[in-house]
Amino acid sequence: MKRPTATAFFAGLVAAALAALALGVALGAAPIAPREVLLGLLRRGDPTATAIVWSLRLPRVALGFIVGGVLAVSGAALQALVRNPLADPYLLGLSGGAGLGAVLALAAGVVSAWALPAAAFLGALAAMLVVYRLAVVAGGALDSRILLLAGVVVGAFAGALLSGVLAVSEASQVKTATLWLMGGLGGVGWPGVVALAVYSAPAIAVLVAEARALNLLALGEEPAQHLGADVARTKRRVYVAASLLAAASVAAAGMIGFVGLVVPHAVRLLRGHDHRFLLPAAFVLGGTFLVLADTLARTVFAPLELPVGVVTAVVGVPIFAVLRRRWTSR
Amino acid sequence: MDEPVIPGQGESGTGGATDRSGAGSVSTDAVMSGQGGSGTGGAKNVSGSMAVSSDAVFELSGATVRYGPLTAAVDGVSLRVRRGECVALVGPNGAGKTTVLRALLGLVPCASGRALALGRDARAWPRDALARAVGVVAQREEPAFPITVREAVEMGRYAHLGAWRAMGTADHEAVARAMRRADVEALEGRWVATLSGGEWQRVRIARALAQEPVGLVLDEPTASLDLKHEMELFELVADLVRHERLAALVVSHHINVAARFADRLVLLAGGRVVADDTPERVLEPARLAAVFDWPVAVHRLPDGSLQLYPERRAPRAPGAATP
Repeated sequence: MKRPTATAFFAGLVAAALAALALGVALGAAPIAPREVLLGLLRRGDPTATAIVWSLRLPRVALGFIVGGVLAVSGAALQALVRNPLADPYLLGLSGGAGLGAVLALAAGVVSAWALPAAAFLGALAAMLVVYRLAVVAGGALDSRILLLAGVVVGAFAGALLSGVLAVSEASQVKTATLWLMGGLGGVGWPGVVALAVYSAPAIAVLVAEARALNLLALGEEPAQHLGADVARTKRRVYVAASLLAAASVAAAGMIGFVGLVVPHAVRLLRGHDHRFLLPAAFVLGGTFLVLADTLARTVFAPLELPVGVVTAVVGVPIFAVLRRRWTSR
Repeated sequence: MDEPVIPGQGESGTGGATDRSGAGSVSTDAVMSGQGGSGTGGAKNVSGSMAVSSDAVFELSGATVRYGPLTAAVDGVSLRVRRGECVALVGPNGAGKTTVLRALLGLVPCASGRALALGRDARAWPRDALARAVGVVAQREEPAFPITVREAVEMGRYAHLGAWRAMGTADHEAVARAMRRADVEALEGRWVATLSGGEWQRVRIARALAQEPVGLVLDEPTASLDLKHEMELFELVADLVRHERLAALVVSHHINVAARFADRLVLLAGGRVVADDTPERVLEPARLAAVFDWPVAVHRLPDGSLQLYPERRAPRAPGAATP
């Protein structure tokens, strides 16, 4: 099978990313001519256009890119960790924990702008710790199979509690919570973008540093050990870093499904499974995908806005079906 | 049928599986099996930490491994494999063969006794340093994602490269040499999932050789191979032992093939060493019958090697008056 060379492929990805970013800034609910957008970027044009471009569209597009990238990297790493190409960042109970945290904060009447993401983040962390505890077997090693199972169980448990809390909450709160959980990139602004970027960078670096070890892990834990990988350490690091990334993305943008599943999968099919290439490529493609999805979400029913998670699902599931078919036909 | 040959060292046959206490000491005498003196020559990529005078690559001394508080999977086992030596570990299911390997590779701790790789406690080795000294072809391995043969062999360089360093000239040369040695150059671009069982085993040996080890561990390397591929694989291992002076430790259920290629057989039963000697001395009908709990004969082949031959059970004819 012929594959594009790594450099050519990556150059193509970056070009696509730049195009998506440009499109995301150019299009929106308020019809602003491309010329005005450009002038606004340079802070030379109409003050309203400048304000829309700088304080609404740019931070939103930037946030979308980082969240998409973070989800894709997290998904790719978890797939390698559990040795299953169909794993997803939300598989390990994080979504349930995050949702429960956010809804509890709402039910407790906390309303400050930072409280909801903070509560979701704490909920995701709590879920992560419980899953981790459950999956640690004798000798401090993580058992990948138990990890999967524990993730599903903890996620289901948190989901049940979440339903319980919603059932006794006021209708307005339920709507706020539901909309928030469905995911959206608006309303975070530059501080949120910067916070997420600063927070994500070290976690991504940890994953990239383990990329070669993840390649070995694909062979099985014992063969990886024989080839010189410290498997127990790799699994711990990858699980914690990937989970922290997913938790942060949930806090920043709610639950956005399918990016972490479809994007790494696409890169795997197009360029193989070398995680040294896969992780950075998944970041760029994930960012591109989410920026495009969000642009659709903002413009299709403008001035109404769809939750971006709806778009990623509607676009992502057919893509997944096609990729899945190619996967099994190999 | 040709006549069963019972090898001549009569009195040791009396005990069968029961003369275990003596067997432990056999191993220490038996290691001077002919190729002693040339030890210092080839310690190529072994670091200076090698304080031992002998060229033992794998060594267990009185090692006991327990998985639970009561049962010892391996019970006071001593064995030694030196450079330029091929040792086959044989014995019935549950004899502790794989546990011996796990102890030697530092994957399980010894409750008592010692497990040494190149003279250093196997558990004290960092995984990457051990992988530069010892290559392993484990019993089970299923790649979760498709990879090519070249990618698979290049993975053998991980312990030399670490997380960040790119493949250099030395790495490419090691990979090329390993692929040539294991005769997998022609398979280079193939997906490993499309390989036959024999080809896949050769690729895994090439990967182990790319590690540039001094010791090679093979766990049931021919379990699913046909006659030709099994012989090919053992010839390759024997060749590596002779010409590259590797130390090879092979676990195998195929005693007859192992006996033809190994310098020594270590016969394990119930977690203990029953015999550790040349195939000629280990393949003794009474002992093997006791260890495997099945009647066996031993025949001598035209080339002089001994072969184990399991007997059919005497036919029982219920009721019928057939002779």
